[in-house]
Amino acid sequence: MTQPTTAELPRRAWVEQVMGLPISVHVRGDAATSTCVERAVHDLFESLRRADERFSTYRRDSEVSARRRGEDADPSADMLKVLALCERARSRTDGAFDPDLPGGFDPSGLVKGWAVERATEPLREAATGSDWLVNAGGDILLHAEPGRTWRVGIEDPRNPDRTLRALSLSRGAIATSGHGRRGAHITEPRTGRAADSGVLSATVLAPTLLWADVYATAAYVRGLRALPWLGRTSGARVLFVCGDGSLVSTLASPTTTGPGYLGRNERAYARP
Amino acid sequence: MRRLTLWIVSTVAALVLLFSYHTSTGAAGGGQTAALSPTTPGTSSSSSSSGGSSSSSSGSDSSGSTSGTFTGSTVDTRWGPVQVQVTVDSGKITDVQAVVYPQDNPRDQEINAYALPVLHDEVIDAQSAQIDAVSGATVTSDGYIASLQAAIDAANLKS
Repeated sequence: MTQPTTAELPRRAWVEQVMGLPISVHVRGDAATSTCVERAVHDLFESLRRADERFSTYRRDSEVSARRRGEDADPSADMLKVLALCERARSRTDGAFDPDLPGGFDPSGLVKGWAVERATEPLREAATGSDWLVNAGGDILLHAEPGRTWRVGIEDPRNPDRTLRALSLSRGAIATSGHGRRGAHITEPRTGRAADSGVLSATVLAPTLLWADVYATAAYVRGLRALPWLGRTSGARVLFVCGDGSLVSTLASPTTTGPGYLGRNERAYARP
Repeated sequence: MRRLTLWIVSTVAALVLLFSYHTSTGAAGGGQTAALSPTTPGTSSSSSSSGGSSSSSSGSDSSGSTSGTFTGSTVDTRWGPVQVQVTVDSGKITDVQAVVYPQDNPRDQEINAYALPVLHDEVIDAQSAQIDAVSGATVTSDGYIASLQAAIDAANLKS
């Protein structure tokens, strides 16, 4: 092997706080020091700030807030896109994801993934030939060049200072839903109450962050009952952390592509 | 293998409130009200061992906006122990720096010592400090300074 290992590559990180979340960007490889990448990262944060201005449920002057008050007679193109995606997400998850909560319209669970993906496009271009990773409050979009990976740890929902499992990934997205640092924050759309499906967290790997995020939310709301559905969902893999700390996953499932393996204290779910 | 044990101290508790969701998404540039009352975040682990160190701060609170420098606890990363320092000006983060770097690994060469082979199906010990990023249930800014992700970030921020 003449290629440098990932540990030998130049690496740089940026962190900013947008949408109330710490957003970290890591670039590894020659692009880490390029001015093009520097600009792309700046634009990434700027794009997220604009998305927050439009879609925040906390800003009274946002378009989402206007919609909640019934004052959005003329929705923007972005809003129309998000509304269409919300509809698709609701139908794909059989209602486990639903922006129309008892408390009002709230597309936050979908907007973050959508906005991060869109904001990352210039970086994807600028960092060609190098590895990059965007972590938006625990939901991650990444790319690594052939032969290289990023190692992503899955937080222990019982003790967020620890990681339970680590995965070596080279492309795609990974998102986790569950009882996190803020306690219960996922609402079961049908009841309006905090979701309590018996699992502590659900982590989903998918080709895009939008769907990783939506499926993770749905998987957490449904719990292990989501396994047959997610097992059939093309390109998605799921890892549940159960109440007793054990893991159930489709990571080593023969129906998924690529090699898989089971971690300690982990059971494989195979398609029936 | 040492556990990743984080100490959460009063300065961090102040940051917890400072970076809380409502204040952070308020109107840009000021107008933020950070309540600096002591609090006990629920994430501290039951058994604290050798992972942590004490933290310090030098800050001021004038007209409802917090300014100053806040230092988090030491966290083990693959590059060694890292301590994060955050500079806040009128409620906005203006700088994030690592104040403690891996001691035997000067920044230029720090990563050479970890020339590990990488395979897609490699089994990584989740506690081995070999990880690049952490996925978890929405990490808000309040938990950030005490997080492993913050330490990983700080180890790679341009100094």
